[in-house]
Amino acid sequence: MTVTLIFIAVMMAIFGGWLFSHSIGVRPWEAQAAGESSRQMPVGVSAPRVGLGVFLAVATSLFALTISAYLMRHDMGHDWQPLAVPGLLWWNSACLVLGSVALQTAWQGARRDDAQRLRLGLLVGGGFTIAFILGQSLAWWQLQAAGHYLAANPANAFFFLLTALHAVHLLGGLFAWSRSLFRLQQGAAPREVLPSIELCALYWHFLLVVWGILFALLLTT
Amino acid sequence: MADHGQHSVPHAQPGEFDNMELVHPKTFLGKYVWSQDAKVIAIQYGITAIAIGLVALVLSILMRLQLGFPNTFALIDPSSYLQYVTMHGMIMVVYLLTALFLGAFGNYLIPLMCGARDMAFPYLNMLSYWFYLVAVLILMASFFVPGGATGAGWTLYPPQAISPGTPGINGGILLMLGSLSVFIAGFTMGGLNYVVTVLQARTRGMTLMRLPLTIWGIFMATVMALLAFPALLVAILMMLCDMLLGTSFFMPEMLNLGEQSGHEGGSPLLYQHLFWFFGHPEVYIVALPAFGIVSDILATHARKNIFGYRMMVWAIIIIAVLSFVVWAHHMFISGMNPYFGFLFATTTLIIAVPTAIKVYNWVLTLWRGNIRMTVPMLFAIGFIFTFVNGGLSGLFLGNVTVDVPLADTYFVVGHFHMVMAVAPVLVVFGAIYHWYPKITGRMMDDALGKIHFWVTFLGTYAIFYPMHFMGFAGVPRRYYGYGETAYIPDSIQTLNAFMSVAAIIVALVQLVFFYNLVRSYFRGREAGPNPWQATTLEWQTEHTPPRHGNFGAELPVVYRWAYDYAVPGAKQDFIPQNMAPEEVERLDDQSASGRATP
Repeated sequence: MTVTLIFIAVMMAIFGGWLFSHSIGVRPWEAQAAGESSRQMPVGVSAPRVGLGVFLAVATSLFALTISAYLMRHDMGHDWQPLAVPGLLWWNSACLVLGSVALQTAWQGARRDDAQRLRLGLLVGGGFTIAFILGQSLAWWQLQAAGHYLAANPANAFFFLLTALHAVHLLGGLFAWSRSLFRLQQGAAPREVLPSIELCALYWHFLLVVWGILFALLLTT
Repeated sequence: MADHGQHSVPHAQPGEFDNMELVHPKTFLGKYVWSQDAKVIAIQYGITAIAIGLVALVLSILMRLQLGFPNTFALIDPSSYLQYVTMHGMIMVVYLLTALFLGAFGNYLIPLMCGARDMAFPYLNMLSYWFYLVAVLILMASFFVPGGATGAGWTLYPPQAISPGTPGINGGILLMLGSLSVFIAGFTMGGLNYVVTVLQARTRGMTLMRLPLTIWGIFMATVMALLAFPALLVAILMMLCDMLLGTSFFMPEMLNLGEQSGHEGGSPLLYQHLFWFFGHPEVYIVALPAFGIVSDILATHARKNIFGYRMMVWAIIIIAVLSFVVWAHHMFISGMNPYFGFLFATTTLIIAVPTAIKVYNWVLTLWRGNIRMTVPMLFAIGFIFTFVNGGLSGLFLGNVTVDVPLADTYFVVGHFHMVMAVAPVLVVFGAIYHWYPKITGRMMDDALGKIHFWVTFLGTYAIFYPMHFMGFAGVPRRYYGYGETAYIPDSIQTLNAFMSVAAIIVALVQLVFFYNLVRSYFRGREAGPNPWQATTLEWQTEHTPPRHGNFGAELPVVYRWAYDYAVPGAKQDFIPQNMAPEEVERLDDQSASGRATP
């Protein structure tokens, strides 16, 4: 559980530090008029951004726990047979990187009110993400065809579990992505969809980092 | 507490949610069923949680009937007894207490106490409730599938939970796991709302260090739940894979009637780690909101500021952090490196420090307070007694050497029922009596409330206190019957019968509570906007009960903390959070030198 504990410690340290900075020297029993910064949240931190941040913390907890379970099961069982990671995963990873870059481009397009760049970035980003998920499915099929069945070995089972969890998160992201695309197709201005595009891009970057960690884990164990 | 401070009121930028667009439905369905108003959602959560809690209460009575009067009732057989144990535990911990504290009180109180019009994401909030309802319905469905509900114990330990011979091996365990998954998804939606609302939707002047402790408790419990529930979800997913796809995450190689199970090398210990990584924080997910609510009830009804507010806030945070590093004390007898046992025993005992700080501060809040022995106050004081008693027996179990002989005995049952069943339930009742006037506009009957309190308080002690002695005698928990167990004396049976009668009386007195709840709604005395003369924002609304949007045309502006009771020099013995310093009526100089008279 070391991985999870490190994550929890980092989360709590950030929160504790933030609270400490807002509580040190404060005398709560003293009445004072409400000031400009009475809500104490940094300027520009909107509710959707905080909401996404909280959700990412939940998702990180989920992945950290699954990785912890992976490492514990790896150390506990004598039946662990390392899985030969399919080469296709490198191509899939490239798709996810390109998808993330494309969504970053879409975000920039929305900020600059550039509808064409936004639409192109969004379509390319979604396309690469769908390609990634299809590629992951193909990798599953390749493993099955090579006799690496899900139930044959814990390493196989964890491979399927980790990639499935990651893909489910991407599918959730694609739902939000499709809503933004639909609104754009319905004639919404780039500025109107900016908040959702921003959240999509941040979410994609997060899932890219998660995939990078998962892939490194699969390669090294 | 002097009323220092500036007397000018600068005009700040409006908060992010000052002008949030609220959905004001016109139809009955829109208003009361598919509502996006956090207060309606809170009541929906509350009614559903209490309804499912009543099911769990009935299950506990069935268990007590068997234990008190063995083999008297034909419908209770060993399998069904295990199903009652399992469902009672899971419902009470997750579907009643978590849902009630976070879903019901969280939804009702967070926007009102923070000075917000509603939750940050009302639609998501509504979805959260409907996911919860679906989870409850799935769980209830497990009673009716072939084989019935699962009887694996609320911890659902594999391999037992999914192995032949355990009740509910077919549909029961599947529905339990499915229901928990839906619950976690729903809770994540709700929890996200609670955190964002507290962080982003506080009204002007409501700084972090002015938040009522109720909000701090609910907020930190939500943060913990958001980080801890994924552990349960991971465990569920892996167990489902073991059960349905034949993987061996948790399932070791086993023989059943001479046949191999098909699994190989799985680790049941891995499940226990994941489960308790969720399970121990869950104790504090229930306890922290209770701590916060009790703090506010004590301050309000003792007419005193809470003692050591900053200490109380930091104690909540330290408890939350520490609760993530104590999980393995539930696994002392599962087998672990002795150094780990020492580590987890140490962290477990350290958590007693911030907890003790809270208890001392509650007692010091009462010290020389102008205590009003109202029904909420009785429940709050009852909580302090019960929590201390339950906490002290926790010190026994936190030590490895003491835990080993006491594990799986009734001592454990007595301990956790005192500390995380009776204690938080007393707070739930106290909170309902406290906020009922705001929710309905009417007071609950005082005499009925006191009858309810005394019978519940004394009755629960009659049920759970003797369990500690039974534990010392070595009586094992979860047993349907003891048969000819030589070391268990006959007097234990007499004690069991006594406890069962007490349990039936406590269950019956809850009818008084429900009668009071319904009767007061129609015939209760008009409460007015602020019957307890409280300072927090929910009591300062324009309408009682508050309408959708909570406050009038303008959101309140906060000038002070939530504990300005008996402020020296002030004419009234309470100053609402939204009262500007220049609006406070003061005694003349002569009388201001003494203590303000309530």
